[in-house]
Amino acid sequence: MGLAHTALNQGDELPKRAEGFAPATVSLDSLDAGTPARVLSVRGEGAVARRLMEMGVVPGAPVRVIKAAPLGDPLEVRVRNYHLALRRSEARTITVVVCDK
Amino acid sequence: MSTILESPPQTDSPAGGGTGPEARQLVVALAGNPNAGKTSIFNALTGLRQKVANYPGVTVERKEGVWPLGADLPPARLVDLPGLYSLEAASIDEEIARDLLTGRVEGVPEPDVIVAVVDATNLERNLYLVTQLLEAGRPVVIALSMVDLAERAKLEVDPDRLGLALGLKVVPVTAKQRRGLDELARAVVEAVDQRAPAAKWRLSPGAEEEVRRLYAAGAASREEALHDLYSETLPEDAERRAAVEEARARLSVADPRWWQEPLTARYRWIEQATEGAVRGARGERPGATERIDRVVTHKFLGPLVLLLVMAVVFQAIFSWAALPMELIDHGFGALGESVRAQMPAGLLTDLVVDGVVAGVGGVLVFLPQILLLFFFVALLEDSGYMSRAAFLMDRLMRGVGLHGKAFMPLLSSFACAIPGIMATRTIENPKDRLATILIAPFMSCSARLPVYTLMIAAFFSDVKVFGFLSVGALLILSMYLLGVVVAIVVAWILKHTILKSPPPPLILELPPYRVPNLLNVVQTMRNRSWLFVKRAGTVILTISILLWAMMTFPRSAEKPVPDAEEGAAVQAMRETGTESRGEPAPLTAKDAGETADEGAQLQQSYAGRLGRLIEPVIEPLGFDWKMGIGLVASFAAREVLVSTLSIVYNVGKDSDAESPSLIEAVRNARRPDGRPAWTPLVAVSMMVFFVLACQCMSTVAIVRRETNSWRWPLFMVAYMLVIAYAASFVTYQGGRLLGLD
Repeated sequence: MGLAHTALNQGDELPKRAEGFAPATVSLDSLDAGTPARVLSVRGEGAVARRLMEMGVVPGAPVRVIKAAPLGDPLEVRVRNYHLALRRSEARTITVVVCDK
Repeated sequence: MSTILESPPQTDSPAGGGTGPEARQLVVALAGNPNAGKTSIFNALTGLRQKVANYPGVTVERKEGVWPLGADLPPARLVDLPGLYSLEAASIDEEIARDLLTGRVEGVPEPDVIVAVVDATNLERNLYLVTQLLEAGRPVVIALSMVDLAERAKLEVDPDRLGLALGLKVVPVTAKQRRGLDELARAVVEAVDQRAPAAKWRLSPGAEEEVRRLYAAGAASREEALHDLYSETLPEDAERRAAVEEARARLSVADPRWWQEPLTARYRWIEQATEGAVRGARGERPGATERIDRVVTHKFLGPLVLLLVMAVVFQAIFSWAALPMELIDHGFGALGESVRAQMPAGLLTDLVVDGVVAGVGGVLVFLPQILLLFFFVALLEDSGYMSRAAFLMDRLMRGVGLHGKAFMPLLSSFACAIPGIMATRTIENPKDRLATILIAPFMSCSARLPVYTLMIAAFFSDVKVFGFLSVGALLILSMYLLGVVVAIVVAWILKHTILKSPPPPLILELPPYRVPNLLNVVQTMRNRSWLFVKRAGTVILTISILLWAMMTFPRSAEKPVPDAEEGAAVQAMRETGTESRGEPAPLTAKDAGETADEGAQLQQSYAGRLGRLIEPVIEPLGFDWKMGIGLVASFAAREVLVSTLSIVYNVGKDSDAESPSLIEAVRNARRPDGRPAWTPLVAVSMMVFFVLACQCMSTVAIVRRETNSWRWPLFMVAYMLVIAYAASFVTYQGGRLLGLD
């Protein structure tokens, strides 16, 4: 699992693994707006995690934070080819790998 | 008649070569993600030949239409599934969809073909549902929607290559230009009797191995083995259950998140299938949406835009609806009069006029507001703005334990709680939905305005503070605020007690903005409004007949004894009218005598007796028994207070909140000891009571329908009554302590 099947068909660049450096992994809620990334894992359990994955947030999926709502929460996130609003508490359960520009 | 199948089946299905089906009505299910363009396609296929109802026991809209497949074919029954992302989760929508696909909904046979609407601009997530639809075992045809938008976004989807990769027929459809509709019909007819292609996606080797083992150990099919392995419920059979548990244990050793495998595997397969079929910039969505959102969800501008949108909606609801409402009101008044003129005077006529005609009028008078509100709600939904409003408001709403989606229903309730409560259907979690329903009537609806208007006109009309601020306006504003504050407190309490549940997650799609399709909007408005008339109508009619009876019986031939407590003006009117009792009053003109009769009749009716009975209870709120009659009557609808007070004070029941005679009568009303019955403090106490009490049988009726039991509407009436009583009590007694009386 993991990045093994990160859909090379996506046309985006895969995170480059520079010698000696692990790719930067962060949780989605601390990903800077505008930074392209890919989902590494969904750590949640139960209905919420399932729904997230049904909506396409599965390992390998391209994600990018667009912006936060006026009160700082929820976040607008671009997943695959559409935009999704989710709270920081949910975003925290998603680990992403930052794609190098 | 010709047979449906004209070309031989194209699959290698062994059953394919058998006898073709006789011409019969096909049942076609229409499925797709929310915002995938399903409604447009449904409307394009069925036109006006559609009907909307509810699935028994739940509030999911059931839409069905007639789809003319072609000249020599009988039209198909097109059953619209609720918009969904998945068939697996446990929401009502998804349950209904599953039942429909497997023929478990009464009156709807198992569909012959499933048409899956797939948004070309968002293929991957849309195809996720398709991977599940395939497992229903029915042939699936894909209607590829939003092709024009995809083109505009420089995204090219090759329907044939996609179809080949999926093993399904893919038909591009543009509902607006009616492109592809015939091809879709042909594809559906061809697909009948073809077997659904088996699911092609595969789990990881380890997981596949476990599925094979379960299949070998007694599951009926690979699908069942897969279901057993990953479903939240275990099979009942002890042996199979043990096998499943062992398999899960083995899988979880290798991967603690083993349960995610089918979800990941489906997307893996989707990515492969779309790989060759999609070309172009998959990166960005149409730039327009991005640009609009730069303003609409902007930190500062976003809330301003929301405020502006709301202002427009409210302005429209209050000003545009006023004229048709008045027309309906007068129309029913005139209808009642002409019925009265045609029929012989007597109880039956009274029942028809005051019970039935007035009752039907009482339902229909809300229709303009409800139509307008539903129009705007449909417009905002269709354009994509609604989910932005939820996005903006979620943080605030979560503060009281509610969902961002509760914002619009609550806002709608400021016009009328009925469409507001009906709009809570978008909230998935039943407890959050119920909490929203239970607080919706606290929003000051338009039916409270006549009450506020009367109270302010009688006691605060020219009162100003600081020389320019009108006390009346301030009072109305405070009443709105009072409703909101109490709603917040109650929501918080409900969510921490009887409706305790973890804060609802927000996983909300922000769809691209689209120019709303006026046909869709009008259809939605029409359908929902009709549901309201049908649903609320029967209950409201029953209750209004009941109320009429309470205000009419027992009838007494005795002349009412004029009591000295009446105000002088009223007294004079009453005296002129006492002799007309017993003989039919002239029907053409409303003279003082008749109104006096009405007042006398009301006083000794059950409603009047009830008013006297509750007088000791409402005394601490500052109300006398005449106001008690008004309170009893206004449980039908708040604005009834005005007409009831007119009858009680003998100024003619057709007075409205601004009629000088009623205002005079209210000012002059006296208690037995000669003190004025109303004071400014009593008026405020009355307004507070009307903000907080659930005096609206339409709301009760709609909550009964939406929750499918009497438990919640009765609970709502009871708790709101308690709160209203307490608040009025505090207002009146507190005011007296402060010497304001």
